[in-house]
Amino acid sequence: MKKKPHVILFSGYGLNTEDETKCAFELVGATADIVHINDLIADPKLLGKAQVLVMPGGFSYGDDTGAGKAYGNRVKQHLSGAIEQFLARDTLMIGICNGFQIITNAGFVPGALLQNDSGRYSCRWVDLEVTGESPWLTGIKSLSVPIAHGEGKYFAPPETLAQLKKEGAIALRYVRGETANYFDMPENPNGSLENIAGVTSHGGRVLGLMPHPERAVRFTQLPHWTYLREGYVRDGKELPAEGPGLQLFRNAVHYFS
Amino acid sequence: MKIMAHRIAVYPSKVGDARAEGVLRSLKAVFPTAHLDRVASVATYVVEAALTDRDLEVAAVRLTNPIIEHSSRESVDAPAGYAFAIEIGYLPGVTDNVGKTARETIEDALSKKFSGGEAVYSSTLYFFFGDLTKKDAEAFAKELHNPLIQRTIVYGSGEKEFPIVVPRVDLHAPPEADLVDLDVDDAELLRIGKEGIQNRDGTRRGPLALSVRALKVIRDYFKQEGRKPSDIELEALAQAWSEHCKHTIFADPLDEIEDGIYRRYIKGATEKIRKEKGKRDFCVSVFKDNSGAIAFDEKYLVTHKVETHNSPSGLDPFGGSVTAIVGVNRDCLGFGLGAKPIANTYGFCVADPTDATELFRDKEKTQPLLPARRILEGVIAGVNAGGNQSGIPTMDGFVIADPSYRGKPLVYGGTVGLIPRKKGSRTLYEKKAKAGDYIVMIGGRVGLDGIHGATFSSESLSSGSPATAVQIGDPITQKKFSDALVREARDAGLYSSITDDGAGGLSGSVGEMARESDGALVDLETVPLKYPGLSPWQIWLSESQERMTLAVPKSKWSAFQKICERHDVEATRIGEFTSSGRCIVRHKGQTVLDISLDFLHEGRPIEAQKSARPEPKSLSTQKHADLGEALLDMLSRPSIGSISFISQQYDHEVQGTSVTKPLQGKGRVNAEATVLKPLAESDKGVVLAHGIAPWYSKIDTYAMAAAAIDTVVRNAIIAGASRDYLAILDNFCWSSSDAPERLFELKMASKACYDVATAYGTPFISGKDSMFNDFRGYTAEGKPTHIAALPTLLVSAIGVIPNVEKAMTIDLKRVGDLLYVAGETNDELGASEYSEAGDVPIVDTKKNAAVYDAVAKAIGNGLVASAIGVGRGGLAVALAKSVIAGKLGAAIDLSKLAGRAKGDAEKLFSESQGRILLSVPRTSKAAFEKMCQGVTVTEVGEVLEAASLSVEGDKSIEIPLSKLTEAYRSFFKKW
Repeated sequence: MKKKPHVILFSGYGLNTEDETKCAFELVGATADIVHINDLIADPKLLGKAQVLVMPGGFSYGDDTGAGKAYGNRVKQHLSGAIEQFLARDTLMIGICNGFQIITNAGFVPGALLQNDSGRYSCRWVDLEVTGESPWLTGIKSLSVPIAHGEGKYFAPPETLAQLKKEGAIALRYVRGETANYFDMPENPNGSLENIAGVTSHGGRVLGLMPHPERAVRFTQLPHWTYLREGYVRDGKELPAEGPGLQLFRNAVHYFS
Repeated sequence: MKIMAHRIAVYPSKVGDARAEGVLRSLKAVFPTAHLDRVASVATYVVEAALTDRDLEVAAVRLTNPIIEHSSRESVDAPAGYAFAIEIGYLPGVTDNVGKTARETIEDALSKKFSGGEAVYSSTLYFFFGDLTKKDAEAFAKELHNPLIQRTIVYGSGEKEFPIVVPRVDLHAPPEADLVDLDVDDAELLRIGKEGIQNRDGTRRGPLALSVRALKVIRDYFKQEGRKPSDIELEALAQAWSEHCKHTIFADPLDEIEDGIYRRYIKGATEKIRKEKGKRDFCVSVFKDNSGAIAFDEKYLVTHKVETHNSPSGLDPFGGSVTAIVGVNRDCLGFGLGAKPIANTYGFCVADPTDATELFRDKEKTQPLLPARRILEGVIAGVNAGGNQSGIPTMDGFVIADPSYRGKPLVYGGTVGLIPRKKGSRTLYEKKAKAGDYIVMIGGRVGLDGIHGATFSSESLSSGSPATAVQIGDPITQKKFSDALVREARDAGLYSSITDDGAGGLSGSVGEMARESDGALVDLETVPLKYPGLSPWQIWLSESQERMTLAVPKSKWSAFQKICERHDVEATRIGEFTSSGRCIVRHKGQTVLDISLDFLHEGRPIEAQKSARPEPKSLSTQKHADLGEALLDMLSRPSIGSISFISQQYDHEVQGTSVTKPLQGKGRVNAEATVLKPLAESDKGVVLAHGIAPWYSKIDTYAMAAAAIDTVVRNAIIAGASRDYLAILDNFCWSSSDAPERLFELKMASKACYDVATAYGTPFISGKDSMFNDFRGYTAEGKPTHIAALPTLLVSAIGVIPNVEKAMTIDLKRVGDLLYVAGETNDELGASEYSEAGDVPIVDTKKNAAVYDAVAKAIGNGLVASAIGVGRGGLAVALAKSVIAGKLGAAIDLSKLAGRAKGDAEKLFSESQGRILLSVPRTSKAAFEKMCQGVTVTEVGEVLEAASLSVEGDKSIEIPLSKLTEAYRSFFKKW
């Protein structure tokens, strides 16, 4: 068996979900380091040590001037070449929430994220259907995870959208599944074009998505776990330990083994 | 090249303009009759810098996302056919986070730093379409901005030119300190205390909130020193001695209580409980640091602190509440050597937002108070910005509406932290600045914002309230240094002490830390400023946000500085801690402040306070013909109905720690307690809950405070906590606290705190008070008016539970489960949601403790399917919330209820404390009842499939679930 992959997570300027994302990777056996973007700019060769690159969620630059724009500019200005080199190897990259906004602004995945139709930041659970090919999503048909964002409405111009479809790069779509039914909420939380929640590039190796799989790695994170618990207890069963998001991270580790 | 002002305008392309859509929606809601058809928006950046045309082109490209936006330079392309346009930007000196980010983006793109005189200012231009009048446009402008922090220009339809406005700060303050003559008569001393030191131009600087007696003590001190005090010395003493910082009302003797009510009743309760607990004492650091801390496990502590930020939130609700939450985050970062913030809590006591009463701060009616609706909108948005941007989950919270909060809202913000006990051999929860350590300020720069914040919050809100008292938070600047400290510098041992620059700014933080080393020496000209021209006293006292002060040993400075640089955090040496016994401040080599630490901290004259029992108020009795209607009516009120729109816009999932959430069950009902799991590797959980019952103050503040504590304990228990591992925090918000009647009420409430906390064994670990929540102003008719907030005590709880898998939620789970009421229902409708008159609920700690212990044990043993505290609105509301949350029906028989309540109304709506409504699987019936032996726990009904709530009493009531749900969600439906 090959070595477990090493993960580098970007940090700085208001990114804020590095710790729990690192934790999710470690749960499935990867090693991971949180590295400040300025340290990567000072020494881009650091990326050479990693097999997986993570642009985590957060609130870089407070969403000022547009979500992910300022951080995306900084990435593009200083690290475009280094990241392209990183991706030229057989590596994986993921942008989650603000990280998705950043990697669209920096040009690593197509499209843009607009303000939610509601005009308001929204934190809730959503159900996703896997509709594309990606090493990140191997063996997953659907999953429920939380979102938390104010600018998550996916948009791409018609020609880009056509291209995405042709490549099978529309990876995740919002559907009405377990949690939307449970809470009786609409499946699409933000008005995203064609219910798109995540897209890929580089043949699926780069995944950008608004929802947060790292917040759905244990059973007691589920929004209705105390309800589900009653079923398990009354049937005399053990409570499960894992949540549905963990499989994404496990897939990333499996990709290298 | 010359510094010139340029403009870059960024337009949303046809894809959508959500900002404009939002404005359209809110204006249509506020002005339903205006003929407003459409709104378009443009983001504008005024760049005042020495840039070439090519530079500006690069800047415009960077500020535009070409997929969804396009841009223009210098001119603004007005859309054809608009009726009016309104530009909204910030006033000079007000924190402009968007402008700052734009500046950093441009600097990065051009690989050069802006000089001191260069800056970017953001504003937004809105274009309005439709058959609109000038009056409409002016009303829109008024609705869309707050004149205390923002500027606005209205343009008519013909306008194609939109002049560039540069809101640069231009100050001409005297750069040196003035001496103040205190050898004046009492009338003049009174004026100095109330209105402040006189400026050279005759105007006054704003309240010092020093009594004539205190000013005489200061005069005598400086006579001994052989000189007159400087303005900065007087300001520093006023800050250090303020009610806000010294809690004088709680500290000074009150009637026969010579050691003061804080030492006797609050700290006294904790000391007694800790002694009784002995080896089971979980308190680690209480009442001495910026937060209180209890043991989480062998390796970690959890901390908690709850603050209020009331006066500034009344003036600028958004800025005030951002500052409330980001400020209390610093109480967490400033605990020990820095705890990591792991949860925020909030609470808003406001007027009913539909209350349209107009009020003015001045007789001439030129200074209106913001409408109640905008205050609530603003404070909600502030915690949204502060909490979400900082990456801290916002868990527990509430809204309470009462007319007494119309003058000043109460805005609570709390932060829970996590800190390892040790790193190597160093104890992380203790700190001590040493003589020779550098005094280092990190984070934001100093401007005029927040001057007199500490003394201002010790006064009531009136026309003299300074606009500079308003600060706007910049959560990202704080997040950057939070990362640098908690992830790196703390564990590397690079500083020996740290505290928050909150009330009183550097004067407060350096003054406090100087006690650790016994002295400090500061050179004010080294303090980085937002703009030039500040006087020494302004630099020393400014409450500009996002700053902390550290003691950095000389040998560690270079390593510390490197970490800050990498995190893009400004860190500046501004002086040195000493052992001289004095706080000395120099400005350009000249000593402007030189006071002994003893006098600075202990020189305040003690004021003996006297209380007097107030006259009882007469309260009216309400009669409700139909109890079902009464319940529906209650559910549709802002204090009881759903605030899911708030819970859902506050990120409660970040950090991945949430276990039970703010919204529970299929019906998403707001819970009054939540559970989180701070460490991935530990099963242990932290329970957070709140308890508040200001209504009972109308009858008796002792009962009010007792109910607040009883409620918080009850709410924690139903979430899975137990009494033996539960700590509490007090936040007193009072009014006119120099009046003997208010002091009597305070004394009674404090006594209740002692009695109830010691009975339950729940120690206070931290607290805060805000004693002047008064508004003195004028009505729309020009008549003087005084609005005083109800005496309000918020009690927050933090508990540790062994396993989060035992956490409990409020929603009914399964058809056929049995319903139980634990506790006794008595005839206690006084100041209830149902009626004004009647007996106020009395807390029987002995009986209630037995109920809470039995329920905690039953939950811990997995015998309970749901649990909810019976609180405001009584059993009826608890039942309604349980069925709405579970989307199931329920039937109960009132005749089975234990207690002295007689009629249906009393049984349904009495707010007797100490009660919990539970659902229990039939298979657990025997075990549950056995566990509750000796405690009043009564089976009252069962969970039904039928989608309704049916109550069997003298009369029977049946209400469909759909009607209950609709009522529960009605008040804030359109928010």
